[in-house]
Amino acid sequence: MSSELKIVNGRVYDPANNIDGKIQDIFIRDGKIVDSVSSSATKIDAHGMVVMPGAVDIHCHIAGAKVNLARKLQPEDHRLDVHPKTAHTRSGTGGVVPSTFATGYRYATMGYTTAMEAAVPPITARHTLEELDDTPVIDKGFYVLLGNNAFLLKLLKEGRKKEFKEAIAWWIDSVHAYTLKLVNVGADELWKGRKNANITNVNDNIDHYNITPTHVIESFIEAAHELGLPHPPHVHCNNLGHSGNISTTLDTMKAAQGRRVHMAHIQFHSFGGEVNKDAVSGVRSIIDYVNENENITTDVGQVMFGKATAMTADAPLAWMLRNVKMNKWINADTECESGCGIIPFTYQDHIYTHALQWAMGLELFLHSKDPWRVLLSTDHPNGGSFMSYPTLIKLLMDSAYRKEALSYVNQKAIDQTSLRELDREYTLSEIAIITRAGPARALGLKNKGHLGVGADADITIYTEEDDKEAMFNAPRYVIKDGVTVIKNHEFATDHKGKLLHTKPGYNADISQEIEPFFEDYYSVKFNNYAISEDYLHDHEVIPTHPKA
Amino acid sequence: MAETMILVPGRSQSQGTSLNEGKLEDEYKRVTSTAELNEKDMQRLKLKDGDKIKLKSDVGQTVVTCKGKKHEDLPLGMIFIPYGPPSSELMASDTAGTGMPLSKHMEVKVTKVK
Amino acid sequence: MTKEATQTDAQVKNKKPVSKKVDPYEGKNIKIVKDATCTFCGCVCDDMELTVDVDEHRILKAKKACVLGRAWFYEHKVDTRPGVLIDGKEATFQEGVEAAAQILIDAKFPTTYGMSDSTCESQRVTVEIMDTINGNIDTTTSVCHGPSGMAFQGVGESTATLGEVKNRADLVIYWGGNPAESHPRHFTRYAVTPKGMYIPNGKKDRTVVLVDVRRTPSTPVADIFMQVKPGKDFEVLWALRALVKGKKIANDIEKQTGVSREVLDDLVDRMKNCQFGVLFFGMGLTMTRGRHFNSGALLSLAADLNEFTHFVAKPVRGHGNVTGADNVVSWQTGYPFGVNFNRGYPRFNPGEFTTTDVLSRGEADAAMIIASDPASNFPKAAIEHMKKIPIISLDTKDTVTSSIAKVRFAVSTYGINTGGTVYRMDDVPITLRPAFESTYPGDQEVLEAIRDRVKKLLSGKKARVAA
Repeated sequence: MSSELKIVNGRVYDPANNIDGKIQDIFIRDGKIVDSVSSSATKIDAHGMVVMPGAVDIHCHIAGAKVNLARKLQPEDHRLDVHPKTAHTRSGTGGVVPSTFATGYRYATMGYTTAMEAAVPPITARHTLEELDDTPVIDKGFYVLLGNNAFLLKLLKEGRKKEFKEAIAWWIDSVHAYTLKLVNVGADELWKGRKNANITNVNDNIDHYNITPTHVIESFIEAAHELGLPHPPHVHCNNLGHSGNISTTLDTMKAAQGRRVHMAHIQFHSFGGEVNKDAVSGVRSIIDYVNENENITTDVGQVMFGKATAMTADAPLAWMLRNVKMNKWINADTECESGCGIIPFTYQDHIYTHALQWAMGLELFLHSKDPWRVLLSTDHPNGGSFMSYPTLIKLLMDSAYRKEALSYVNQKAIDQTSLRELDREYTLSEIAIITRAGPARALGLKNKGHLGVGADADITIYTEEDDKEAMFNAPRYVIKDGVTVIKNHEFATDHKGKLLHTKPGYNADISQEIEPFFEDYYSVKFNNYAISEDYLHDHEVIPTHPKA
Repeated sequence: MAETMILVPGRSQSQGTSLNEGKLEDEYKRVTSTAELNEKDMQRLKLKDGDKIKLKSDVGQTVVTCKGKKHEDLPLGMIFIPYGPPSSELMASDTAGTGMPLSKHMEVKVTKVK
Repeated sequence: MTKEATQTDAQVKNKKPVSKKVDPYEGKNIKIVKDATCTFCGCVCDDMELTVDVDEHRILKAKKACVLGRAWFYEHKVDTRPGVLIDGKEATFQEGVEAAAQILIDAKFPTTYGMSDSTCESQRVTVEIMDTINGNIDTTTSVCHGPSGMAFQGVGESTATLGEVKNRADLVIYWGGNPAESHPRHFTRYAVTPKGMYIPNGKKDRTVVLVDVRRTPSTPVADIFMQVKPGKDFEVLWALRALVKGKKIANDIEKQTGVSREVLDDLVDRMKNCQFGVLFFGMGLTMTRGRHFNSGALLSLAADLNEFTHFVAKPVRGHGNVTGADNVVSWQTGYPFGVNFNRGYPRFNPGEFTTTDVLSRGEADAAMIIASDPASNFPKAAIEHMKKIPIISLDTKDTVTSSIAKVRFAVSTYGINTGGTVYRMDDVPITLRPAFESTYPGDQEVLEAIRDRVKKLLSGKKARVAA
């Protein structure tokens, strides 16, 4: 027997199908959107409500080794924000790094039905998969960290582009990742091998490898293009957080040579000014470049005032923050693959740099000419929790509210930006693009982010309100795979989402190249490294389109 | 003539291998009830290998077999014993708010069992 | 999660060697399992080659295993004891599950303990049971590196996976541990003798320092042995921190700690000038005076040294999957051990919800003990209380705990009979390749049955939600 549902009388925002606030009915059968259902279908009357596709977070940190370290590190944060169980759902703890169950449920209560964990060292991917399996409601995937992979860098040093491409595909396939992630390329070797040094110029050679980060980034983008991954390399540029880093960011975008690339949390990479001096906003040169170059997608990485946690594969960055705060700090080196740094952090509105970053994020949104390519994120929990998305939406949709908010923060910082002159207000349709249709399109998720026939029935229904923060804070209904998970603001049932991953093809001979490297330099056996498919529960392979 | 000494329970290889055979087997019981003392302490207390000694703490007491260790291998005043039921018998339950009893540093009174 | 790790080509049945030598396995049904994982200690070595007698259900040979690993593999063979005992009498699996579920739902303060010799898959089910019944959950971490976990929450940790130590560490310090006897392959596979990417000559390229209150079989591996007076580790660590930062220390440091100023200065010099240093530490710090302060001092020392060079630290964890237990309990509750669900959400308080305390104070009125034997190594007061309350025990061998249990399940052994995931001491997750089938169920199967029965029994009643 099939399960059927219809949502009637709602005001529908489905930008991928050019539907902008039209009263329209939506029909669902067996977890998919269809063009009609039988008269016995369950009905939701959405009169006075806004109907949108479930939201998609293109960049967050929610599961795996580094997230769990950050979680364990902060009992003080959990005890202030408990997450009681209900008749249908498991208990947990919240704070800026919630437990897995709380993460899934809370994403649902924000109207999100898909989220992508943005940085996983392959050797710990098994851990990420276990945590994602315990992250309810939402669909999820992860990006595998390959930008400092010692074996891949060695292949590039030897100029073996073909094997390089095969090995990338092997890695993605072996750990069931969605796409690849590059973080502070080349810096791991200096961090671990040269007493905590960092790369400051992307055109300098990486120790021991005699190739530049720019060359590495360019090679990854080219390989991903040839593999036809649904989402291009997700790049965290070098020099994050440093004054004057816009030149690095521009160099990195140019390295794509017109091929698709996703620039992660670009706010952190948009500083003007000079190195080691006070930062200023360099947003205009960055957003102008993004606006003009359609091969680029980006998420903003908005900073929100309050508690955050820096958690990053960029170990030198966390070390820099540690030396500012002199507070508890985690560093975690992963053999041959990655670095990692974690530090609890609070963004404060009276501090110049914090207010500047907050304002720069808003500037990026407000100067964006293409909402399909400049997407909403806080780089959760780096810029702030995903729980602050409704406040961010209000800042974008309500210029009076934004101008009032501007007046409360460090004015010297605001003076450095164009924010006071900007009156733009995002429309509901634009919000639907930057939180739903845009990320789904950037990810190549054809069944997400829209409400057309054949789409996954991941739907959010909000009571229409003038206060957009209140509206987006508590959807009336959340439907996942056709199941009404939240009904009248309450959880009506539990639900397990699925893993989204890709399976790029590769020549099996490449494993004979990789295995000897494992014997020499890894501490686990090659045979035990790849994760067998029976390890995955519900999962969906998103197709790749390799270039011939 | 009881003397106060520091008892340091710990792991040993034979404790590790014997627990795989089974904790209710004789070998595990033998291993976990054999205490090592500095041989100079042994001389002073007129003990020889295989003698029984009584260890008494604030919470309990137990009788174990003693075995000499070279002076350079075990400091004076210290007794080493592999973890097991005899060391539990002597362990106080206060964890000082940590969950961890002071299980590697117990003051015990040592007397020879005639 | 996955029940069985794939065995692929490793599974070679009835293959007889072509050699002319007498075949010791003549006439036996032999299977070779390559790259199997040993789960005895926290090293979780995944390079075992097991020779399995399929018909006799036992492992005849464990190539590459250390002395502890060989005992682990050879001694877990087929058993003839009853699968389930209730009050010492044989019972069916269903009866055992029913009795266990009843004990758990009847209790006002049920607690569970152990879990470190169990897969992550089982650990996840255990937390779910306790969440369902508003119980208390604690793992062997609390009497192992629990204090280090508390120190971690206070100061953080600079750390690395063991492969990075192998590839880069030119200064290796062991503090308060005896790996030669507790983790025999820590030296040979990961941290001392192996050659690595930037350590081409293995041990020759490293300086090894051992710090302990007594000489142990580990001492000979060290280039430098630093002997500390019992209970004075904190003072030595704090003095090192001061010296690293160029501050003054007490003139009578040697009198206080047994370690001379010259030895300290030499060590400080080596730590500040190495290329990649590592501090491994054991229960010599966590189980003695100072406990979490000792671990915190050591973790802070390692963090401070990053102002001069690259420096990491790592607790040397004990049982095969104690690190998995920390991870699972953390991701499900936010806290690593000592967690209580009594209010319908997790609360954490070492000293309050840790097992030694809930037992010694006589608070728990039922306990489920998984793959652990607190009745033989806990303080006397805790053991006395265990004898008064109903105990559910799941273990691969009879123990003192299982002998006082009201409901006792014999379970198969993880890594030998059942697959799943374990986390090595450095948080690297590793899969298991079981060698042969056991007649007993795995603890995951028992726990899932108990969970399902508990949910069923509670479904008639008002669900236990937040008060």
